[in-house]
Amino acid sequence: MKPAPFAYARPDDWPAALALLAEGARPVAGGQSLGPMLNLRLALPERVADLRHLPGYAGVTVQGETVRIGAGTTHAAIEDGAVPGRLGDILAGVARRIAYRPVRNRGTIGGSLAHADPAADWVAVLPALPGHAVALGPAGERRIPLAAFVLGVFETALRGDELLCAIELTALPAGTRFGHWKFCRKPGEFSKATACVLARPGAPPTAVLAALDAAPLVIADAAALLAEPAAEAARIAAALALDDPWRAALARTALRRAAEAAR
Amino acid sequence: MTAPEGGGDAARDALSRSPRGVGAPLRRKEDARFLHGRGRYVGDIRPAGTLEVAFLRSPVAHARLLGVQKPANGLVFTAADLTEIAPIRANSALPGFRPSDQPALASGKLRHVGEPIAACVAASRAEAEDLAAACVLDYQALPAIADMLAARAPGSALIHEHWPDNAFLETRRDEDLADLDAIAAAKVRRRLRTARQSMAPLEGRGVLAEWDPRLEQLIVTTAAQMPHVTKTGLAECLGLDEGQVRVVAPDVGGGFGYKGILLPEELVCAALAMRLGRPVRWLEDRLEQLTANANCREHFYDVTAWADAKGKLLGVAVDATVDAGAYSAYPFSACLEAAQIGSIFPGPYVLPRFRFHTVSACTNKPPILPYRGVARTGVCYAMETTLDALARQLGISAQAIRAANLVPPTAMPYRNLVGKVFDSGDYPEALRRAVAAVDVAAVRARQAAGETVGFGLSVFCEQGAHGTSVYHGWGIPFVPGFEQAQARFTPDGVLELRVGLHSHGQGLETTLAQVAHEILGVDPARVRLVHGDTALTPYSTGTWGSRAMVMAGGAVAEACRLLGERALAIGAALLQAPVEGCSLRAGAIHHGEAQVTLDQVARTWFRSPQNLPANVDRGGLDVTAGYRPDPDTGTHSYAAHAVVARVDTETGNVTLEQYVIVEDGGVLVNPMIVDGQVLGGAAQGIGTALYEEMPFDTEAQPLAGTLADYLLPGATEVPDIRIEHMETPSPWTRFGQKGIGESGAIGPPGAIVNAINDALAPLGAEVLDLPATPARVLAALARAGRA
Repeated sequence: MKPAPFAYARPDDWPAALALLAEGARPVAGGQSLGPMLNLRLALPERVADLRHLPGYAGVTVQGETVRIGAGTTHAAIEDGAVPGRLGDILAGVARRIAYRPVRNRGTIGGSLAHADPAADWVAVLPALPGHAVALGPAGERRIPLAAFVLGVFETALRGDELLCAIELTALPAGTRFGHWKFCRKPGEFSKATACVLARPGAPPTAVLAALDAAPLVIADAAALLAEPAAEAARIAAALALDDPWRAALARTALRRAAEAAR
Repeated sequence: MTAPEGGGDAARDALSRSPRGVGAPLRRKEDARFLHGRGRYVGDIRPAGTLEVAFLRSPVAHARLLGVQKPANGLVFTAADLTEIAPIRANSALPGFRPSDQPALASGKLRHVGEPIAACVAASRAEAEDLAAACVLDYQALPAIADMLAARAPGSALIHEHWPDNAFLETRRDEDLADLDAIAAAKVRRRLRTARQSMAPLEGRGVLAEWDPRLEQLIVTTAAQMPHVTKTGLAECLGLDEGQVRVVAPDVGGGFGYKGILLPEELVCAALAMRLGRPVRWLEDRLEQLTANANCREHFYDVTAWADAKGKLLGVAVDATVDAGAYSAYPFSACLEAAQIGSIFPGPYVLPRFRFHTVSACTNKPPILPYRGVARTGVCYAMETTLDALARQLGISAQAIRAANLVPPTAMPYRNLVGKVFDSGDYPEALRRAVAAVDVAAVRARQAAGETVGFGLSVFCEQGAHGTSVYHGWGIPFVPGFEQAQARFTPDGVLELRVGLHSHGQGLETTLAQVAHEILGVDPARVRLVHGDTALTPYSTGTWGSRAMVMAGGAVAEACRLLGERALAIGAALLQAPVEGCSLRAGAIHHGEAQVTLDQVARTWFRSPQNLPANVDRGGLDVTAGYRPDPDTGTHSYAAHAVVARVDTETGNVTLEQYVIVEDGGVLVNPMIVDGQVLGGAAQGIGTALYEEMPFDTEAQPLAGTLADYLLPGATEVPDIRIEHMETPSPWTRFGQKGIGESGAIGPPGAIVNAINDALAPLGAEVLDLPATPARVLAALARAGRA
């Protein structure tokens, strides 16, 4: 389990990173997904571009109601409170349940979202939050609504010449309720079903059901789910027509328990 | 100093009770290096000029191998290049056993995914893997045998084409039990499966082979728990005499049976080192360990049991199949598991009538290897879940049905109907204590309130340290005989012990020093254990079968006793006193108020021989002694496990709320180490019960290639386990100690699934197969119409 030969590049600025991308380099941030794939020779890039030294790649900045989380911000930093306020509480709660601390020390929010593993934690939570993924391409920045960012298994709305440079979220008022439930038999196992429900004052509640071996199911108005968690979760899960009865039961349970936790 | 030879209560009562002797919870001498990351494993050893090997492995389970196209540049060796290696052949003398030749590198046929085909050699492992990736295989696929029950279907493809069908061996004991239907108050039949697992020691296998031209000797540094047996296997397959082979096992990071196996990879590295005149190393990676090598456990049982109204067993019939994989692995053979099932199925119970039939099925999977507990984990699962099914049918408790059948202490030593002899113990008392340690009434109250929570039990005994009389009949490549130990003083009085078995986590550096302290009174800090090197130690079959503390403990005690006699004679002379008037205690020879220390005795022998008596034993302060218990049918430790488990009926998830183990390992040489053994084993048993499974598709492709797919229980999945000890000495061992190494891994599946089924009983659901994953629990509920 040693990787095939590949070249390693460490761009120091964004234009250099975009140029490497244009030449076919595979971007890597914390390497918690790409590393094992390289070792197993499931990924065979000719060149890897290490994004971790780009200016502004990691870190959180707040401007008014907008919280900008650099794509290279680690799960651990978020767990440790890098994001302020109620939004930060919610994100920290999600972050601390990502795998193990050593994974969180290196893994990044942007790397995880851009990789778009259907079982990944941010893939299952960020679409429920008001905000955008910020893509940087040759023409500059482009904002993609988080609910529309992940399109499928390992598939995102990023264009081939774009890098995910930040996540921009709207700060959440103190009264925001959030329910999050995922099924892992042990830390570090890929989730078999994840759901979250976000209910903020003055806006329709949103929900996400993920880890479905497909793009996450984003529910833009989850009022019915919040009102009647059991019946509505059963209806939504049944509509997915999952083949495996266990996975269907987990999807139903995840949605219901997340909704109950958000009430 | 003198202790009875014969074990039992007398041996226990004669113990010194020194805080450093037998029975003391002495801290482990080896932990300083292990805990500071200073252990030295094969992976830490890389002489200058070492070449690394990566193996090109079979991507398919069954095929005719037509050719291997090698890359233009680079060192790639196939079977055709290494004709000096004879195939591995682990025969058994059991009647009807069909031997299989396991080639070091496949030729002609491919019989399981992961089978080595070519050795690719380069300066680094990554470059060696590049070579493997550049090879092109030409093969013609054959139908794969993925399921042991389908293996013998008429018209099945034959894995070994000169065999009449795909089975290594069948065994049977015929007894007509048909009349029991008329007289039994209860009869149950269950079909049960245990999953194929992969042993997962922290350290995988690894081998470094070097040819020493000065000694004309092959030096194989390998992660081994049975170095002398590995040496014999290497010599036989390579056509060398055993003087030309030295096996060195440095620190070994867990073995569990896996590291007793002679691997094709070891043979290939050895042959390459001789060919190339360079050190050659292969370090197993996790993918190889999971999918190609460390397979174990897969059993199927069809059990029928009859009982009277009080739960007393009237008879049991069992038809068992073990998926033995494609080859008979060296040295334990392909039939070790299945053929044992017949003799161990009765467990700790009085069984009046018994019929069995077992099959060691041959399939297109890696060879099945012995894993801690060996067949007992599956057998205990089948017996204990069947007993609970009987109890539910009779409306009696799980405790009651066990109490009705356990061998009573008054019957010890007890010989059961298949000839197993249990040495000592109070099995019903272990059961009683385990039940008493759990608030069963509280569980019943929660059940009455509608909670899906359950209470489960398992009781079992573990034969350990069984010797010549048991193994000669198997006729496998080794038979354990007299275990030998060498004890000798250095000129400054340090005691060196040399034993041929090896520690892969057992703490033998500590426990054998405690034994030496018990006999000679020497400070354990001044005892050095030399082990894990065939050039430096007497022959031993190694560390397996829960035998090290009984066998090496007995041998070290005897060697120290004889060494003490020699020292006593020299000491008496130095004291100018008659030997009869002198005694050895606390590391010195005493005569009245006068004494000479063992250090002074050693100094005299080595450096002041002019002061030795004329009639001194010329063997000096260097003794090799042999030991074997009499009888050597083995010790039987035993335990009762009690579990409270909660089932989430929406997800199928199982949470272990309470776990209690009441264990009797006889006299415990180091109770702290025994606790560690029991806890570690129980964690592995929890893996068998709930987590570990190597699934295969219909083409016999293994589907779990990483530890994200092959789930091992970790610190967050193993509950706090409460251990209570009983200490019934074995009547047959030196200090009354019993083999305890595997026990923890045997009981959990039975106890845990019984707890699950107790929780599910009100819903009419029952789990039958291991591991009891959430998906299987939900499927059981669905079968019962409850999910």
